[in-house]
Amino acid sequence: PERSTNLLGVRHILLVLSGKGGVGKSTLSTELALALRHQGHRVGILDVDLCGPSIPRMLRVQDRAVHQCDSGWVPVFVGQDRAIALMSIGFLLERPDDAVVWRGPKKNALIKQFVTDVAWGDLDFLIVDTPPGTSDEHISTVEALRPYRLLGAILVTTPQ
Amino acid sequence: PAEAAELRARLRAVRHTVLVLSGKGGVGKSTFSAALAHGLAADEHKQVALLDIDICGPSIPKMMGLEGEQVHQSGSGWSPVYVEENLGVMSVGFLLSSPDDAVIWRGPKKNGLIKQFLRDVDWGEIDYLIVDTPPGTSDEHLSIVQYLSATHIDGAVIVTTPQEISLQDVRKEINFCHKVKLPIIGVVENMSGFVCPKCKKESQIFPPTTGGAEKMCQNLNVSLLGKVPLDPQIGRSCDRGQSFLSEAPESPATLSYKNIIQRIQEYCEQHHSQEEKMI
Repeated sequence: PERSTNLLGVRHILLVLSGKGGVGKSTLSTELALALRHQGHRVGILDVDLCGPSIPRMLRVQDRAVHQCDSGWVPVFVGQDRAIALMSIGFLLERPDDAVVWRGPKKNALIKQFVTDVAWGDLDFLIVDTPPGTSDEHISTVEALRPYRLLGAILVTTPQ
Repeated sequence: PAEAAELRARLRAVRHTVLVLSGKGGVGKSTFSAALAHGLAADEHKQVALLDIDICGPSIPKMMGLEGEQVHQSGSGWSPVYVEENLGVMSVGFLLSSPDDAVIWRGPKKNGLIKQFLRDVDWGEIDYLIVDTPPGTSDEHLSIVQYLSATHIDGAVIVTTPQEISLQDVRKEINFCHKVKLPIIGVVENMSGFVCPKCKKESQIFPPTTGGAEKMCQNLNVSLLGKVPLDPQIGRSCDRGQSFLSEAPESPATLSYKNIIQRIQEYCEQHHSQEEKMI
């Protein structure tokens, strides 16, 4: 895949994965972003859970909308200091309860766009929150991120 | 059409089909599916089948104590793995060479396996086919609804936990059901409160900040089948592959499960007799 300029200003990219649902991936992604911001870093969160996007509500920005600019989508900036940038399919839904009932190929297309077409600007950390599983979203996200500096993955679980 | 005819033939002897859905992961779909299967199979005269279509994260084999089992082929197709004489199970878990093997498949390949599960498994005559699904509203869900249109789906049981973060995904699942014209039998609220075994005080581990499943069901005009409290014995039984209903018959959670299972049975029997009247 081509290198888009939108990720050139991002220093570290982290994936938050599990396999299992409901173990706290989105919760951890959110807390990690908040902790990093607290330390003075600029942070972005890319929420690639297309069927169950949780991050907007967790950061209390579920009612916001995204806009387009020349380089693509402008992420939603959280808080007065605007130190956390967020992109999620949650912002693209007409109604919050609308189900995204898409098969793989359509999901893959949007994920590619989410990776290359969001105008993040300069970020110290981009946290990518994923849905449970090892399927389309995961394969597409890793493939789209291949040209960039991927710091690594954090795996979340519960004890059972 | 030829494929549809094949599926119809294979599923002809299935009396009732129940899909267990969520939208949210980790709320207890598989746990509930396993309990439902055991609960229905407690009646020796009923033949029950449990089909696990969570291809990336198949939990059913472990929960049913069937880890390490393999699928056998015969002239009449794939043989389900039997837990009891009247309870057969199928899952991708039985097809893996090692339990830690990741199934890293895109949608079309997952759909292919789901079709095989329906077309090639020799289920025989079944009173209840329970289908456990992965979280979400994607390939697996579209495919199972499409393929099962060859037979008749009684409805979906939707599982949630009390918190808004779960409910917001479950509302989407409810909309999915409306979109594909899948009747909703009702909603089950898992992890609904915890009673301390020592002091008996009840705590809300996952507080229903927006009214829980009860409020959501009222708002969306769907039935609340019941609330199941958190019980550490549930997780333990799942890990050990034992039937929670048998291992902890005195638990309030067991009572909840049994009431919910009865309501599901009543729904299925009622609709069946309604349809027979229509014919």
